[in-house]
Amino acid sequence: MNIVIVGLNHRTASVEIRERLAVSDGHMGDALYRLTADPVIEEGLILSTCNRVEVCAVVKETHRGFEVIKNFFAASDDSLSLENIAPSLYIYSSSKAVEHLFRVASSLDSMIVGEPQILGQLKDAFDHAMLHKTTGIILNKAFKKAISVAKRVRTDTRIAESAVSISFAAVELAKKIFGQLTGKSVMLIGAGEMAELAARHFVGNGVEAITIANRSYERAVELAKTFNGAPLKFEDFEQEMVKSDIVLCSAGAPYFLIRRDTVEKIIQLRKNRPVFFIDISVPRNIDPEINALDNVFLYDIDDLQHSVQTNLASRKKEALKAEEIISEEIASFARWFKSLDAVPMIVALRDRAEMIRQAELEKMQNKLGDLTQTQREALDGLTASIVKKILHNPLTVLKKEVHSTNGNMILETTRKLFDLEEMLSRDKAKKKEQ
Amino acid sequence: MHNLLFFKATLLFYFLGTALFLLNLWDNRSERGSGEKVSWPQRFAIFATIAGFVSHTIALGIRLREDAYVPLANLQEAVSFFSWAMVAAFFWVEIRYHLYILGSFILPLAFLSLISVSALPNEVTELNSTLINAWFGIHTILSVLGIVAFTIAFVAGIIYLIQDRFLKSKQLNTLYSRLPSLDMLDQWNKQAILFGFPLLTLGIISGALWSQYTQGTLWGQNDSKQALSLGIWFFYLLVLHGRINVGWRAKKAARLAIIGFVGVIFIFVTLA
Repeated sequence: MNIVIVGLNHRTASVEIRERLAVSDGHMGDALYRLTADPVIEEGLILSTCNRVEVCAVVKETHRGFEVIKNFFAASDDSLSLENIAPSLYIYSSSKAVEHLFRVASSLDSMIVGEPQILGQLKDAFDHAMLHKTTGIILNKAFKKAISVAKRVRTDTRIAESAVSISFAAVELAKKIFGQLTGKSVMLIGAGEMAELAARHFVGNGVEAITIANRSYERAVELAKTFNGAPLKFEDFEQEMVKSDIVLCSAGAPYFLIRRDTVEKIIQLRKNRPVFFIDISVPRNIDPEINALDNVFLYDIDDLQHSVQTNLASRKKEALKAEEIISEEIASFARWFKSLDAVPMIVALRDRAEMIRQAELEKMQNKLGDLTQTQREALDGLTASIVKKILHNPLTVLKKEVHSTNGNMILETTRKLFDLEEMLSRDKAKKKEQ
Repeated sequence: MHNLLFFKATLLFYFLGTALFLLNLWDNRSERGSGEKVSWPQRFAIFATIAGFVSHTIALGIRLREDAYVPLANLQEAVSFFSWAMVAAFFWVEIRYHLYILGSFILPLAFLSLISVSALPNEVTELNSTLINAWFGIHTILSVLGIVAFTIAFVAGIIYLIQDRFLKSKQLNTLYSRLPSLDMLDQWNKQAILFGFPLLTLGIISGALWSQYTQGTLWGQNDSKQALSLGIWFFYLLVLHGRINVGWRAKKAARLAIIGFVGVIFIFVTLA
C-alpha cells in the first residue's frame, strides 16, 4: 500500500494538453468512478485546475498503480495517447508524493508562488472525492493535513503576501502610467486564477471595461459574467487589443502569443496611446522585445515580483521557511502513515504464523495419538517458541525500519515473502464486522 | 537701490528653496502614505519659496515705482520677470493640482535664471524712452508668460522622459514613486502648450504692432528675431496639430516640448 501522485502542471505540459485532461466539476463523479474502478486503486482523488491536473491515490501496489493512473489519463480524451502525455507526466510515491501534495496546497508549486486560489481548489477536489466516497482513511488524513500545512505556511511565512501584492503592484504600475484607471480598459488573455485575481484588483481601482479571451470560451463567458465584461473568442484577441490600455496575458502557451510586429502595428493604430502589457505566463507569452518600443511597457512575473519585494534574500528566506514547515509536517505524516501500515502487517504476520502452527499441530495430533497433558503442553511450547524465534527478527526489523526511508519497501517485501495479502484483507474484514 | 537688497534676498531664498526641493526629491522618509504627510524639507522648501517670491515681487515693485515704466526694458529685467512668473506658475499649479513635485524642477530653473541675471553684462541697455509704450509692455509680458508656459511643458517633458525610463528599466526607486504618472505629465505638456501658444501668438502680434508704432512697419527689415519667433510659432502650431490630428502624444510629445523649449530659450537669450 502506498500513496502516489501522477499528474502534470504548467511547467511540464502545454496548455493544449492540460485543457484536454482537465476535469470539470460536472464530470468529476464519472472521472472518480472511472479512476477507482481498478481494484489496485484503493482511494483516489482528482485535482483539476487551470494549471494542473493531478491524481492522488492510495494504491495496493506502487507500479501497477502508476500504470493504472497513466492509462486513466490517456483514456480521458480520445485525441490523446499514452505516448503523447507520458513525457509531461510526473510521478511521485510515498513521502515524495506527500511532499508534493503539501507543496501544491501551500502554493509553493503554483505558477505564481503564494497565490491563494489553489487551496480552495484543493478543498473542492477533496469534497468531490468525499462525496463520491472515493477517499478513505489515508487520503482523508493526507488532505486534512495538507490543508492545515497550507494554513500554517500562510500564517507563518510571508509567501502568500507576495501573490496578492503582485496584483497590487500591477495596479500601482498601471496608475503610474495612466494616472486614474477610471475609464481604462483591460484585456485578459487566458482566464486563470491569477488573471482573475488581478482583474478583481483592476476593477476595484476603477477599470470598467474588461474583455476576456480564453481558449475555453465557456470559461471566458463565466469569468466575463463576474466582472460584467465581454468574452472573446481566443482567435480574436489581436483585433481587439487595439482598444485595450492594459493587456494581462496568462495564457500559458509554449510560444510568444504577442509579437513585436503586432504591437508595433497596435501602437500605430492607437496613435501612441501607451499600453501596459503584463505577462504572468510561465514560460512567457509576450516577446520581451516589445519593451523597447515607445509607449509600450512590459512587465513579466519576475519584474512584478521584484517590484514588490526587491530584497531577494528575504524572499528566499520565506520560501525556505515554508519548505521547512513542509518537511516537518511530512515527517509527522509519514510516521502516522507507516505506523498505520506496520501494525496490521505485524498482526497479519503473527496470525499467519499462528495459523500454520495450529494447522501443523492438528495434523500431528492424529499421527502421535494420545498425548499426556504435559507432553501436549511441551509440544505446544516448543512450536510456539520456534515460531516466536523465527518471527523475532522480522518483527523487530519491521517495527524499527518502518520509519526509515525504505520502510515501504520492507513492508511490501514482507507482504510478498509471507503472502500476507489474504491475511490483511481478512483482518480488515474482521475489523469492519466489529 | 532698495530693489537690489530685495533682489539679493530673493536669490538667497530661491537658493534655499532649490536646495530643499532637491533634497526632498531623494528623501524617502515620507514614502509611506505619500502625499498625506508633509516632511520638513517639503515644508521649508515651500516657506523659502514663498519668502523668495514675496521679496522678488517687492524688488520688481520698487523698480516699477522708481522708473515708472514696465520693468522689462532689457534682457536682465525680462529674465528676472520670467523667473518671477515661473514661481507664480508653480504656486498656481501647486494650489490647483497639488503637484508639489514640480517645485523640484521649477525652483532650480527660477534660481538659475535669476542668478544668470547678475552674470549678464551689467550695462544698462535701456531702450529709447520713445519706444517704451503700451504695446511694448504688452508684447514683453505676453511673450515672457508664453515662455513660462513652454518652460512648464519642457519640465513636464523632462519628467516624462525620466519617469518613462524608470518604468522601462523597472527601476522603481524613491524618485519614481515621487514623480507623477505619465498620463498626468502628458496632460501638463498639452495644457501648457495650449496655454502658451495663444500667448506667443498675441506676443508676436503685439510685437508687430509695437514695430508699427515705432518704426512704421509691421515687419522689421532684417529682423531675425521676428523670423525666428515665427519659426517657433509654426513649430508649436505643428506640435498642437500633431497631437490633435496625428497622435503625437506621450513620449513623442515630451521630446517635442524639449526641442521647442531649446529654441525658445535660444531666441529669448540671444535676441531679447
